[in-house]
Amino acid sequence: MITLSQRKTIPLRLTLLTPVVAIALTLVIGAVIFATLGYHPGEALYQFFVAPISRPDQVADLFVKACPLIIIASGLVFAYRANVWNIGAEGQMILGAMFGGWVALTFPDLSGWVMMPAMIAMGMLGGFLWAMIPAILKTRFNTNEILVSLMLTYVAALLIDWTVRGPWRDPMSFGFPLSPMYADAALITRVYLPGFGHLGGLHWGVIGALVIAVAAWFVLARTLTGFQVKVMGDAPRAGRFAGFNPSLVTIMVLGISGAAAGLAGMVEVSANMGQLQPEISFGYGFTAIIVAFLARLNPLAVIGAGLIVALAELGGDSAQIALGMPKVVTGVFKGILLFMLLAGETFNRFHVRLKMPVTAVREVSDA
Amino acid sequence: MNGSPRPAASPPQDALLTATGICKHFGDFTANDDVSFSIGAGEIHALLGENGAGKSTFVKMVYGLLHPDSGMFEWRGAPVVIRNPQHARDLGIGMVFQHFSLFQALTVAENIALAMPPGESIESLSDRVRAMSSEYGIGVDPDARVHNLSVGEQQRVEIVRCLLQDPALLIMDEPTSVLTPQESEQLFGVLRRFAEAGVAILFISHKLEEIRSLTERATVLRRGQNVGTVESRKKTSKQLAEMMVGMAVGDIERREQGVGQPPAIFEISGLSRDRETQFSTPLRDISVVARAGEVLGIAGIAGNGQDEFMEALTGEWRAPSAAMITVDSHQIGTAGPARRRQFGIGFVPEERNGHAAVTSMTLADNALLTGHSLDNVVRRGVIERAQMMQMAGEIASEFDVRLPEDNPLASSLSGGNLQKFVVGREIIKRPRVFIVSQPTWGVDVGAALFIRRAMLELAAEGSAVIMISQDLEEIFAISHRIAVLYDGSLSEPVVAADVTPESIGLLMGGSHSMDEART
Amino acid sequence: MLEQLLLTVLMTSVPLIFAATGELVAERSGVLNLGVEGMMLMGAVGAFATAFGTGNLWLAIIVGGLAGALTGGVFALFALGFATNQVATGLALTIFGTGLSGLVGAPLVGHAIDGLPQITIPVLSNLPFVGALLFSLDPMAYLAVALLAGVAWFLKRTRGGLVLRAVGDNHDSAHALGYSVLRVRLLAVLFGGMMAGLGGAYLPLMLTPHWAEGMTAGRGWIALALVVFASWLPWRVLVGALIFGGITIMQLAGQARGWTVPSQFLSMLPYLATIAVLVVISRNREFSLANFPSCLGRVFHAGK
Repeated sequence: MITLSQRKTIPLRLTLLTPVVAIALTLVIGAVIFATLGYHPGEALYQFFVAPISRPDQVADLFVKACPLIIIASGLVFAYRANVWNIGAEGQMILGAMFGGWVALTFPDLSGWVMMPAMIAMGMLGGFLWAMIPAILKTRFNTNEILVSLMLTYVAALLIDWTVRGPWRDPMSFGFPLSPMYADAALITRVYLPGFGHLGGLHWGVIGALVIAVAAWFVLARTLTGFQVKVMGDAPRAGRFAGFNPSLVTIMVLGISGAAAGLAGMVEVSANMGQLQPEISFGYGFTAIIVAFLARLNPLAVIGAGLIVALAELGGDSAQIALGMPKVVTGVFKGILLFMLLAGETFNRFHVRLKMPVTAVREVSDA
Repeated sequence: MNGSPRPAASPPQDALLTATGICKHFGDFTANDDVSFSIGAGEIHALLGENGAGKSTFVKMVYGLLHPDSGMFEWRGAPVVIRNPQHARDLGIGMVFQHFSLFQALTVAENIALAMPPGESIESLSDRVRAMSSEYGIGVDPDARVHNLSVGEQQRVEIVRCLLQDPALLIMDEPTSVLTPQESEQLFGVLRRFAEAGVAILFISHKLEEIRSLTERATVLRRGQNVGTVESRKKTSKQLAEMMVGMAVGDIERREQGVGQPPAIFEISGLSRDRETQFSTPLRDISVVARAGEVLGIAGIAGNGQDEFMEALTGEWRAPSAAMITVDSHQIGTAGPARRRQFGIGFVPEERNGHAAVTSMTLADNALLTGHSLDNVVRRGVIERAQMMQMAGEIASEFDVRLPEDNPLASSLSGGNLQKFVVGREIIKRPRVFIVSQPTWGVDVGAALFIRRAMLELAAEGSAVIMISQDLEEIFAISHRIAVLYDGSLSEPVVAADVTPESIGLLMGGSHSMDEART
Repeated sequence: MLEQLLLTVLMTSVPLIFAATGELVAERSGVLNLGVEGMMLMGAVGAFATAFGTGNLWLAIIVGGLAGALTGGVFALFALGFATNQVATGLALTIFGTGLSGLVGAPLVGHAIDGLPQITIPVLSNLPFVGALLFSLDPMAYLAVALLAGVAWFLKRTRGGLVLRAVGDNHDSAHALGYSVLRVRLLAVLFGGMMAGLGGAYLPLMLTPHWAEGMTAGRGWIALALVVFASWLPWRVLVGALIFGGITIMQLAGQARGWTVPSQFLSMLPYLATIAVLVVISRNREFSLANFPSCLGRVFHAGK
């Protein structure tokens, strides 16, 4: 029997320690699972967490992998802080990729100065609009945003599948479900480091992601908009009393998180694929949920959290190649990590004691 | 009072329950410190104390919800460890909670079944409820869904639920806090009948008059300690109050208003609000003015539309027409809370935690909560943090808010301190109109006095103060005029000096018109 | 032909009946477990592995239910024991269950098993039309309906059901009366997990006799939506599950007949229908909230 009693204040060291302990425990449990399934745990963990970043260009690729996660999680932080559960970022990301792709494929002759801003704007619009569906249904009809945003993810996946097999299929693709390649102006280029050249796949979208995370932090921590989001999440009644509009905040946070996801989708395609295909995401929209929690819903910490989770993703590839482990094992890690983080949250807020089940303790609530 | 008062005073020969040296700590906080106590069969015994004195903690231990860190209970002369509520009920201890523990979605019979040992069918239980309810004149329908019952009816369900278990000791935790004086008298009649039948009743209250009229002995708790067990009727209310508070009780002075009518600042005309959920009360055609320099007290029992009225005043609920509410002849009926504050209105709703304040945020953030539409704390959407911190500091120092650290989380403040903060947050802006609900609910006597003084001072400066309160003592202590909210209708205000608490009590029960009350 | 079609509708709805009934019990106790998808997948892989390894389909059913319950136990450890946020914990469970089932099932991909036999009820199955439809189904279909009926009876008629509803309505009061809120919820979550596991087991044992990663394809989420659709009343789960089964089969049949609508749009139907149903239900608050457990998703810990 676990008993909990509320802490009066949360010590800072606990706040910082929680993610570290959570990661450590995840590794231990992961090792146990590997051993159970007959893999050598040390070798498996090495393949997972060390092998993928043993060269500078691999570190750069880690950033590339983290890029969509950081962008999406920076947006999701707003929704989760406001207690709005957008779990459809995956679908919003797909719509962003499609809207961005529409610009690239319909106006291939635009110059770079027009093309890129137009794609960014349309990518964000796509994700925004897709997120507006749960937003409006929730504010108008009180429909559960979790289920709606999730259902729309399945719909979005089918939608892009249809476009690249149907109207947007490249006639020269020999029947493969692929759109035509984007024009050069529609591609996000790699970063050229003076005196060094290119480093792995490091592209400008990564720089953008870092800027977005910092901007998200500023809005959340320093502006009235961010304050509204936090108040609505912590104490909606106090928010209404303050004069904030709950529906507006719901629409706003779904809009922000949708637009961020849409942007991530557009960037992902434009930087790494150069054309639309049926699968553009590989679950980034879901993985970003874990990134947001690992960052304890702080956009600055999203950067670090994004890198850690990206490492687990790359580790999955590396373990698959080296040990023949199925790629889904990454999901096991991600799930355990999220569990550990949530439990860590409890250790932060409460004194946790293990007790024999003799008593049910309730503190004085002498009101 | 019916029945003759039984000879009281000396401890009963055969104590039913004896507590010796009970201690209970929560972290650093000592809720009960060496409390000893005894009650005999057929005795009505008061447990008296301020909010936070440790009354609830003590009875929760008697009921097995909490366990003493040290000390001993004896039941019918034998030592006993009361393991849990089920065990308490098996021993013959029943409890009626202050905040009802009924299940809103279930029927009366289902609610009662949950408290009974398994085995009996709902149908046979329903029959027993009907029988008991007619025997004691308690009207309770076993098939009704609880959420359709009034507060008074729900309390009766609680009582029937306890009685069906045939308890030897019945604990009542502040049962009259939700009743009119008349309903309370009825309840006392029922309790006296139980006592005559041999049931011991432990009656928790901080209302001195009712303790003196109902109980034989009173045990007074102060900061977790038993400061004495006395014969209730041999003490004056003032003596009991001093035992409870531990110091001479201070008085506050209400300056009576001069002749002539000061100008109306705040006016409500024809405000109605439909019933929105099955739990809410509609507002019926409310019209009232608040004048410069006065405290207008709005009395009433909980659940008669106070929450709905307060929401209409703050702008959390907006009236259908702007003209329904005016301040200084600006029409603000359709404005939201932020806009209303710009017209110089300050609000403090009843619930501190999560409504008036966000407990998970700092005091500076909480100052921003009602300040963001005023002054220059937000520039181009960006929060001026230094200014907010300063604002919070000023509120704290001017309103005697004791802080454990610089800019602490609201949750780290005691109830009284946080209440001083949320009241001070508004009064420091010197609002033209100050509207507050239950300004001293659950705060200690010192803080209550401070808050009431601050409200009177604000009125003396020429502001209008509207105070919604269920505490009749408080209403009479500082109101210049009093109106009563009953079933969503607001009575015509009367001058406080012209009426008695009894007549207002009748209005609160909905039985008389204001004209009768005035005589 | 129609008979055959209706039969597939019935079979498609069986996993939903299992999972939604289990989730309904958990939610009536006040626990929102969004991990249904993960529990179903664990049930599916557990059942398939057992069937493939031992050839014993009965054992496979049991293992499927146990695997689901065990996965539900993980949720209970965190959401109840550590009082973590139920929404986030449920998501974690889905991610975890999806990953772990894929890992466990990796060696099983590409293998096939024989499905469950039909149980033909003598005499009744000879009735025209309904005989084939209702009385010669597989054992799990009967089990699903039996468990649903059992749950309906339990909630309405038994003291245990009353306690469970009380805990979901007001956990503080239930605690004050001396009921162990967490124990009631633990049992409800474990039952919900078992039911999700059985629902998952039905997929490889009956619908598609092989194992594939993520083979539930969102059924866990649809089950969650069904509970809302049913407004927390057991028998409405049956109605909802049949409607969704119908829509799924309709789109499959449509694809088979070469409707001119692109297949992707037909495949969207179940998801779009879920959204539409949620909107219709949630618009009518009186109807949808009459049996809503007030404590749903709210954390309870004894030392509050």
